[in-house]
Amino acid sequence: MSERLNFRFEVAGDDFTSAGQASVQVKKILRQLGMETDFIKRVSIAMYEGEINMVIHAGGGVAEVNVCEDHVEIILEDHGPGIADIEKAMQAGYSTAPDSVRSLGFGAGMGLPNMKKNSDSMDISSVVGEGTRIVMRVNI
Amino acid sequence: MTVESFQNRFGLRAVCMPSPDKRVSGAYVGDLLSWVMGRAEAENVWITIMSNANIIAVATLADVSCVLLAEGVSLDADTVALAAEKGVNILSTELPAYEIAGRIYGNV
Repeated sequence: MSERLNFRFEVAGDDFTSAGQASVQVKKILRQLGMETDFIKRVSIAMYEGEINMVIHAGGGVAEVNVCEDHVEIILEDHGPGIADIEKAMQAGYSTAPDSVRSLGFGAGMGLPNMKKNSDSMDISSVVGEGTRIVMRVNI
Repeated sequence: MTVESFQNRFGLRAVCMPSPDKRVSGAYVGDLLSWVMGRAEAENVWITIMSNANIIAVATLADVSCVLLAEGVSLDADTVALAAEKGVNILSTELPAYEIAGRIYGNV
């Protein structure tokens, strides 16, 4: 595989005013690289939802983005509470977000479904009490 | 149609218009950010009553032409400053989302 670009972002927890910054940054980078609009949008949506999830549920985390020749890989890692029932969490409309977050327009239960829909593959590994790691791949 | 001509045509207030030449095509109405992220299309007018800072990131990522705040909703100064910095157009109207959507339907 030819050259690979790596980016790493610290996502602050409970900071809703700056939530989404990493995703906006990635979008800008992909645009500068001349990627297609639809592709950029898929990556943006998948990453934004993941970023917001880390802010809401995990007290923040780390987002790593690898731009490869034929795909973009997004790795989201946190040390939050973990996901007890991944299958249930994947259901559209299912959410454990608190009311304070819902009043901001989040917590619709569409985060993980949007991530899956906009990526070509998504792997979730999660241990309750330890954290969650999600790897998404979006093909160019 | 540009955002500026859209604003003039429908008598909307420009809260912040750093990118007046953006193209407007169609509209999406919604307040749940994930739905907007997933469903709004590029160049849409996004009609909402949500007014917290997160709408700026969503508008940027969804590539909407502008955010149209319905029901006379206003933004705090920090959010307006953020919108200006990020090049996000913000318009507002006293009309409810349903009414303004009805007026622009088929016309943008």
